[in-house]
Amino acid sequence: MPNLRQHLTDTLLILAIVLAFTALLLAIVGASPIEAFGHLFKGSFGSWSKFSRVLNVWIPLTLCSLGLLYAFRSGLWNIGVEGQMVLGAIGAAGVLRWGVDSGNPLLMLTLALLAGMLLAALWALLAGWLKTRGGVHEIFAGLGLNFVSMGIILWLIFGPWKRPGIASMSGTEPFPAALWFPTLEGWRVSPFALALTVLAIIITARVLNHSRFGLNLKAVGHNPRAVSLYGLSPQFYLLIGIIISGALAGLAGGLQVSGIYHRLIPAISSGYGYLGLLVVMLANFRLLPIPFIALFFAALNVGSIQLPMMMQLDSSLSGVIQGACVLSALLVFGLRKLKRGRNP
Amino acid sequence: MSDLSLTILLASVLATAAPLIIAALGETITEKVGVINLSLDGSLLLAAMVAFMVAYESGSFTLGFGAAALTGAVIALMIGVFGIYLGQLQVAVGFALTLMCKDLAYFLGNPYSRLQGPQLVAQPIPGLADLPFFGPLLFQQPLVVHLSLLLIPLVWWYFYRTGRGLELRAVGENPEAAYTRGIDPRRKQLFYTLVGGALVGIAGAAFSLGIKPGWGRPQGIEGLGWIALAIVIFGGWHPLKVALGALLFAFLQVVGITLQSLWPSVPAQVFQVAPFPLMILALLLVNLLQREGVQQWLRHRPGLALLVRQLQGRPPRALGQSFRPD
Repeated sequence: MPNLRQHLTDTLLILAIVLAFTALLLAIVGASPIEAFGHLFKGSFGSWSKFSRVLNVWIPLTLCSLGLLYAFRSGLWNIGVEGQMVLGAIGAAGVLRWGVDSGNPLLMLTLALLAGMLLAALWALLAGWLKTRGGVHEIFAGLGLNFVSMGIILWLIFGPWKRPGIASMSGTEPFPAALWFPTLEGWRVSPFALALTVLAIIITARVLNHSRFGLNLKAVGHNPRAVSLYGLSPQFYLLIGIIISGALAGLAGGLQVSGIYHRLIPAISSGYGYLGLLVVMLANFRLLPIPFIALFFAALNVGSIQLPMMMQLDSSLSGVIQGACVLSALLVFGLRKLKRGRNP
Repeated sequence: MSDLSLTILLASVLATAAPLIIAALGETITEKVGVINLSLDGSLLLAAMVAFMVAYESGSFTLGFGAAALTGAVIALMIGVFGIYLGQLQVAVGFALTLMCKDLAYFLGNPYSRLQGPQLVAQPIPGLADLPFFGPLLFQQPLVVHLSLLLIPLVWWYFYRTGRGLELRAVGENPEAAYTRGIDPRRKQLFYTLVGGALVGIAGAAFSLGIKPGWGRPQGIEGLGWIALAIVIFGGWHPLKVALGALLFAFLQVVGITLQSLWPSVPAQVFQVAPFPLMILALLLVNLLQREGVQQWLRHRPGLALLVRQLQGRPPRALGQSFRPD
């Protein structure tokens, strides 16, 4: 199968470029590349506890990336995914605050996730409407709404939802342990959240590749004028695409609140929305590579926490590596396109 | 007394606007030739860091600004090569660059964090600085303010009064037609993308060496690159209106700082996001004004119609599309 071989050469080529670039950077700041790569690896795969932390990043990152795939299929750049995750967290936190004394934690957790998904979907719909009705490009609408969502979460944490006594950047009052997303004894990652994410991957594969809806979505993304001839409304599919995108980001945000932090903090989205955009670009907008790339990126994020402690380097090295991956992928894919164009 | 405070207010608006004007005009040049450089938020930050690092080590402002311009141009070169020659989506390249340059700036700039470094100070120009009103407004400012103000008519003149400017606009509107006239659209696009990128780099240096001196994480200019990109749309790709948009934004920012003290209980971060809903509303307004119904309503109000026509602008037709010679 020549296709598989091509994917493999591309992947190796991309990794080689990134490795060389990162080694050069580390040499510039006078650090040993071998030592840095060692810390990145040990910091993420070195122990079960570290790996479970990687999985805790993998869950929201994969959910955001899956959601982005729906929006991309319909031709939209849903850059607002970051803010949609924040709104999902706010929705979930709102329900949990309200249900503290309900005595029915399972119901409250379910409601919290649903509320997060709903609120995030509405926030995404707003960006979609600004695009289809207002003619505001979705990159600027989404980005603007991201900053607005930051304003909302800060206002909540310092205003109406502030800790009794002192409001601070450390977030709201933690929820009682009964309202934490269930986990197993000795696990730092919730197997239920993992199962939800795997389920989302399977459903996405079915919907995008084996359903009439997925086909229509793709048709709208490819040629919005032609599809209206077949009686499909491009605007409808654009909006549905971005709503699903938002709902999945909202689920990610809701899980951050109920499963990881057990409260609302200003940095609840941790940039996973923006990172998801990089994941999808590196996957060349295909579903299959997404879980693996998300795992790699999550490992980089967790592993880089070691760098400031062990080598006095800034942890933003992980972001540099992730960006470099995408740029070298764009380079490799672009060169291949050029080659194909010359000898068809 | 009130005259004096008005002068101070306007002088600080000019200073706040200076880097924004430079960056937005740089992006206007890039987009006018048909290329989108979406990396502004990251390139401003990286250029600001490089400028501070180089000026700190060498003690030379010229080297600092030069290195920043080079940084902006190198980033633009990547947009150019990937987008124009390899046919990749310019938006994708730009977005990846934005995120990477931001992290690169934090990573490489880490040792220079919170250091006391060189800083451009206001240089009163002898003879002119003592003028009433105009003295404090224009002639007691750091050099970047003068640069930004000179750039506005210069870009306008180049676009609309020179042959090369005509070629530039022709490539952005219709690269195929320009190609049949013997112009190489891709070379033009690459060249002006580099020029635009260099200006963005200079704007970054204007921040770290002048308007928001120093380096740190966060630097305090995060998000401004996106604002500059929005200002280009708001200004309808016209250099004079783009500059006006930057000045308007700076005015709101300066007034906003004053308003902030009226609500001390609301955290400063909430005020910092205020420009962004304004950005959405501005873009929405620009678009809604072009609606048929609104246009009809305006037909009976010639005064208002004139104002609205000034607000409208159309993107260059070939914006964001890669030209492919056959």
